[in-house]
Amino acid sequence: MTGLIQANAEARRIRALFEAQGAQVVETDILQPAETLLDLYGEDIRARAYVTYDGLRGEMMLRPDFTVPVVQWHMETNAEPARYTYSGKVFRMQEDDTSRPNEYVQVGYEVFDGKAPNHADAEVFTLISKALEGLPVRAATGDLGILMAAVRGLSTTDARKAALLRHIWRPRRFRALLDRFGGKTPVPASRTALLASADPFKGIDTSHGVRTRAEVEARIEALREDAAAAPIASEQIALLDEILSLRETSPNVLSHLRDIAVDMPSIGPAVQRFSQRLEALSKAGINVDALDFEGNFGRTTLEYYDGFVFGFYADKRPDLPPVASGGRYDALTHVLGRGRAVPAVGGVIRPELVLALRDTL
Amino acid sequence: MTIKLGVPSKGRLMDKTFDWFEERGLTLKKTGSEREYSGAVEGIDGVELVLLSAGEIPRELTAGRIHLGVTGSDLVREKVPSWETRVTELAGMGFGGADLIIAVPTSWVDVETLDDLDAAAAQFRRTHGYRLRIATKYHRLVREFLREHGVADYQLVDSQGATEGTVRNETAEAVADITSTGETLRANNLKILSDSLVHSSQATLFKSRSADWSNEDRLVLSQLEDLLGI
Repeated sequence: MTGLIQANAEARRIRALFEAQGAQVVETDILQPAETLLDLYGEDIRARAYVTYDGLRGEMMLRPDFTVPVVQWHMETNAEPARYTYSGKVFRMQEDDTSRPNEYVQVGYEVFDGKAPNHADAEVFTLISKALEGLPVRAATGDLGILMAAVRGLSTTDARKAALLRHIWRPRRFRALLDRFGGKTPVPASRTALLASADPFKGIDTSHGVRTRAEVEARIEALREDAAAAPIASEQIALLDEILSLRETSPNVLSHLRDIAVDMPSIGPAVQRFSQRLEALSKAGINVDALDFEGNFGRTTLEYYDGFVFGFYADKRPDLPPVASGGRYDALTHVLGRGRAVPAVGGVIRPELVLALRDTL
Repeated sequence: MTIKLGVPSKGRLMDKTFDWFEERGLTLKKTGSEREYSGAVEGIDGVELVLLSAGEIPRELTAGRIHLGVTGSDLVREKVPSWETRVTELAGMGFGGADLIIAVPTSWVDVETLDDLDAAAAQFRRTHGYRLRIATKYHRLVREFLREHGVADYQLVDSQGATEGTVRNETAEAVADITSTGETLRANNLKILSDSLVHSSQATLFKSRSADWSNEDRLVLSQLEDLLGI
């Protein structure tokens, strides 16, 4: 228990830093409606969050993070720009690795400000970096906006781009789709047979089920269009792979991306934003020359980040989860706001890990 | 000290388990009245028979209350997180075989693979506003399988029995269930996705890693292993 008392004291110290930036303190319920989280993160979240149940409200979840309730809070009050801070416990099921805590404190800082997103990105990163000052941590960054812009710029059908964008956060399926659309994986025999069939419904009862015959026909039509479309050129896939495999310091990545943008102009604006963000970070006192960037960063976290992403890792403790992490999640607010999006960026620090690292000093 | 062997307490699974041990020179027996769940092992000293519901054997193995147990390999994988770290498979017993698969209505002529299922799920959610429902009682196995294969926009709905009927009743769009011949699936106008074998299950003899294994117990176990030829 003394651990928790110290963690809470550390959380208050960090939260005070965030409040000093003008952030409003918010509190959220521990029990969150499960449906919202399931709709957002999918069934996978059941493996990572505690689900509980009561006869009246149905399934509830012990909050696995603050992002969703804070976004909902913001959507209700709707004042912009807004800065929020919070601290409290989150709960994560740990079935594979029991050495990891299943409840721990998070202190967060979230910015809802659409006017200057790059400055908001830099503000969050810098603030968290300051809160961790003196600790042996290394920051890694990424930008899913660049990858998404690259996908949007592929010379292929909108349906294929949508399918790839839908799986940005599932690297394996993303790769499988890319292989299919690039002609690397052959079309399954069942699909060829379906498209060749004059009457695929012959002898089949189609009167049951919620998914109607018209929906099946619509998908067959979509498959037909896909079969008629040319494969995505291998040069374009190679450029995507180049972006995904970037792993250098930020200035080197920037110059590399500018080269790629010559062949892939669609990423131009995203690269421009990246460059402006580096300027903003530099102005805020961050040494961007030493700041690592990874093209693949942020694709497998719980949050659905879609722009700038970052994590702070303990230098000599690769076994520890990130001490702090965060990113931009405009798309998530779009889903939660049912179409009404709010540009948002934020990050969290785990005070227990901060204390553990400070002990090693 | 004795080592405790947990076996299914009734039905075909019990009979087949008894046969399997009998063929290897060990006689498992129910003692007392027909309805009483106590038993004995003949042919080796130091092994105690515990009759349990097959569904409870994974839990008892994990808790270390029995040293050995016979149950379906599907049940252990479903009920025990990180099962490999808690129990060891000593022998597949060659009976009680069934496949956990994913099946969709035959009227979905556009869906034959997981890739199709994923695309149909995206279309379904766009059209109906909710995630495509898959009825199952194997939540962990199916969820892990679908995550590994990158299928999104689905939800698992619990079905503890008559799972094949959920599609006709419109409480689910697809099912994930155990099948041995596929007959019930066909009778309910369902077809198996070609790459959807989640797990091929059979009755299996498991060893608990967390039970108390004294030196004496280990000796008995190695004798037992010799007898069983495993």
